Amino acid sequence: MKIQRFAILPCAVFGLVAGPAALAAGDQVVIGDIDDLSGVYADVNGQGGIEAVNMAIADFGGTVLGKKIVLLTVDHQNKPDIGASKFREWADQNGLNMLLGGSNTGVSIAMSKVAAAKKVPFIAIGAGGASLTGADCTAYTVHYAYDTTALANGTASVIVKNGGKTWFFLTADYAFGTQLQDAATKVALANGGKVLGAVRVPLGTTDFSSFLLQAQSSGAQVLGLANAGTDFSNSLKGATEFGITKTMTPAALLAFISDIHSLTLQTAQGLYLTTGWYWDLNEETRAFGKRYFDKMKKEPTMDQAGYYSATLQYLKAVKAVGTTDADKVMAELKKAKINDMFAKNGYVRADGLMIHTMYVMQVKKPAESKYPWDYYKVIKVMSGDEAFGSQPDPTCPLIK
Amino acid sequence: MRGSVAVYGLLGIAALVAPLLGVYPVFMAQLLCFAMFACAFNLLLGYTKMLSFGHAAYFGSSAYITGWLVSVHGWGTLAGILAGVAVAMLLGIVIGAIAVRRQGIYFAMITMALAQLVFFICLQADFTGGENGLQGIPRGSIAGIIPLDRDATMYYFVLAAFVAIYLFVRRIVRSPFGHVLEAIRENEPRAISLGYKVDRYKLVAFVLSASIAGLAGSLKALTLSFATLSDVSQGTSGDVILMTLLGGSGTFLGPVVGAGVVLTLQQYLSERVGAWVSVIIGAIFVICVMIFRRGIVGEIQRRFAHRPPATG
Amino acid sequence: MTTVFGVPLPAILGQLMLGLVNGSFYALLSLGLAVIFGLLGIVNFAHGAFYMLGAFAAYIGLQAFGVNYWFALLLAPLSVALLGIVIERLFLRHLYRLDPLYGLLLTFGIALIAEGIMRDQFGASGKSYPVPELLRGVFNLGFMVLPIYRAWVVVASVTVCGITWFLIERTRLGATLRAATENAQLVQAFGINVPLIVMGTYGAGVALAALAGVLAAPVVQVSPLMGSSLVIVVFAVVVIGGMGSIIGAIVSGLTLGLIEGFTKVIYPEASNIVVFVIMAVVLIWRPAGLFGKE
Repeated sequence: MKIQRFAILPCAVFGLVAGPAALAAGDQVVIGDIDDLSGVYADVNGQGGIEAVNMAIADFGGTVLGKKIVLLTVDHQNKPDIGASKFREWADQNGLNMLLGGSNTGVSIAMSKVAAAKKVPFIAIGAGGASLTGADCTAYTVHYAYDTTALANGTASVIVKNGGKTWFFLTADYAFGTQLQDAATKVALANGGKVLGAVRVPLGTTDFSSFLLQAQSSGAQVLGLANAGTDFSNSLKGATEFGITKTMTPAALLAFISDIHSLTLQTAQGLYLTTGWYWDLNEETRAFGKRYFDKMKKEPTMDQAGYYSATLQYLKAVKAVGTTDADKVMAELKKAKINDMFAKNGYVRADGLMIHTMYVMQVKKPAESKYPWDYYKVIKVMSGDEAFGSQPDPTCPLIK
Repeated sequence: MRGSVAVYGLLGIAALVAPLLGVYPVFMAQLLCFAMFACAFNLLLGYTKMLSFGHAAYFGSSAYITGWLVSVHGWGTLAGILAGVAVAMLLGIVIGAIAVRRQGIYFAMITMALAQLVFFICLQADFTGGENGLQGIPRGSIAGIIPLDRDATMYYFVLAAFVAIYLFVRRIVRSPFGHVLEAIRENEPRAISLGYKVDRYKLVAFVLSASIAGLAGSLKALTLSFATLSDVSQGTSGDVILMTLLGGSGTFLGPVVGAGVVLTLQQYLSERVGAWVSVIIGAIFVICVMIFRRGIVGEIQRRFAHRPPATG
Repeated sequence: MTTVFGVPLPAILGQLMLGLVNGSFYALLSLGLAVIFGLLGIVNFAHGAFYMLGAFAAYIGLQAFGVNYWFALLLAPLSVALLGIVIERLFLRHLYRLDPLYGLLLTFGIALIAEGIMRDQFGASGKSYPVPELLRGVFNLGFMVLPIYRAWVVVASVTVCGITWFLIERTRLGATLRAATENAQLVQAFGINVPLIVMGTYGAGVALAALAGVLAAPVVQVSPLMGSSLVIVVFAVVVIGGMGSIIGAIVSGLTLGLIEGFTKVIYPEASNIVVFVIMAVVLIWRPAGLFGKE
């Protein structure tokens, strides 16, 4: 009867689609990238990050252990459920061997749990939350480029020591913002400072005026911006618009060169920020910057450089141990020293954190900038221990 | 009658056999959760003609409660599910009592705004984890005996629950209570003049619908191991409306088919076309409203059934 | 310093000022919704999308054609209204004889399509739209520094609301419109082209939304998502004011903006939900809304 024929059709359609994916996982090495490709953090990593990974794969030769290297990408739209389910699906259905984590700490925390459950190495590069190697650490998580502890030890420390004793925080209302605020608070208090108040702002807010007004009425000296990406640039623009930067010092607790570029030196000059990498540091970084610039017409951010470096380190580790077995590769990653254009004498600590040199920068005045993208001057060089702390995070269950 | 038995038979076999054929069980279980959600929604839209525009409130709040009790407080799986459903039922009573007094679009607006209230409460509340959501929810086991960690086992559990609810909904619609709902749908003033306490019937239907939606939410939280703000969002409310419309409101299989199509579309398209998923879903909405009002199953029934469309 | 509820007065005044700015947007948007609903019985779920399209029309106008802000104030509402009229003719017109729920669902679908297309083209984060030269700078009010542009938003919105109210309630055109909604056939019998009026009214409501979008562009950044988060609040405002009432929409919009601002000072976490709580209370006590007629 015709009814049956029609009823079968929907079943068949979703059976075909939901069924096993076409990829034969065994003869490929599959790397995944789950990142914010269209939202608040799209310029920090986004398409540029994908390009950086492709550069790394090409530089490595396109194959490892005789298998083709394949890259899967998806936009997590800053939603933890999309990140977690895609990771789980790729691990179950597509033979995923390693996941690169883009921006958004909340999504990365969710994905780290999947990493532990599915035993797939997860290199978190874009996310900042220190809990990824603390309370949320797993045996399969590597936190690569920077974290909230280093940001606070850099930027907050410099500002407090320069006289910014009283703080008011504008905090992005999710894991990253809260952890960054906590880290900066710790640093401020340790240096004789005080926190007068804080307000939580939804991720993706564009009009910060009422929050900025609250900050101003607190009378604090420092406006602690515990946010990033377009949240950061919009809050800074708002602060300038409402004349708040005349009475309060803005603390750019996380800023990337992409933000400074969109704000322009006119608005951003004088800001202190902490970063793990800058394109104009030395010959090696400049060389990578130039190659990236030729493709993307912008200089790479710390995260994009981190994507390149982490991909190569992973592939090197796989080659060294002769297998993609997660446990063996993780052991190798925690053993090897990282010496490339991204970090010198870097190493992955027991809790998964990649310890390396961090730099406190100050944004140049327009007159001081001699060529395009010449935005930073180095104020302080922090050793890995100084930036991240000399001991592994005791809240990490792996450290017992 | 023969036709529908054959249809159900084939669907039943397909459902039982699917995991063995390599179909991704987590996706299938998720599909069944949303099919259940759509059936619950259809109870209101199709059989009582009430368009609730914020049904995600019950789905999501139950997901959160179950997830929280099971992961943070170590409750047993079944107890967690029951608690979630209880909360959804409570919400249904409160919101229903306010909304049911009005009809048509006013009813829709009220349910939408009150659902938004629930959304913001979930955003602010500590236990939901705000933007981060509840992650890593353990599946536990059924009454401590059958562990649900294996995806296939979880799928069969959800399948059993789905079949039970499906039969339950059919029972309700065909019962005397269901006939009164039909009378209210066809001609409310006449039902009132016949002495029926119309508001009370509507409220009961609303609470039933909210509770089943809650069950679907709890099961989803356990299947996917997380509960997030998406589950209480306007987007999810819109999704379930689309599933019911597309599949055919006022039919039994309609919501199931609709859920299958929408979820498959979203799954298949999200990696390939990104933002165009919204456009396609919006276009389907427009097409359904303009020229395809009976939905897939509705159209099939009209074309091929030789009896009045009380079957199906 | 004087305090109210333990909060310094300058802080309260500052938030109230910002609340007034937000309230002007609410008023303008709910006015458009009330016009469309009150006169046509359509629940225009696409209202947020038209607001967003108005902002984008201004942005694209500037980026691609060098159309400056002042021209955009006129051209953006006109072009978006044109789109609205096309939608009315092609889709909405056929749904009038059906349950109004279909109109709601259709406009919901249209909103998804519009948002999806813009999100695909422009990404989800906001695009910058510069404040026009003439309106840059600030007023120093003592208790806060108020950008001149924000003051302009309040003035412009209140003026447009006032003109619209006057047109509908006090002129012959408005009387014709109101008569047409009460009894379309009778008005048609008088030789007045009712379908044309309906089309024009929908266009006008949409134009109001688009105008709000242009006004908002320098303040909130132009983003495909800017409408969807706002539209639900605006619906709540309209329900509070009374779904068909023009004056209700204007007064509730402004008042709720102020209430939201005040809540931000004394209990910031509740500022998102205060509108919905008020809506629930109003519905229980006065189901037709504060100014509604039932």
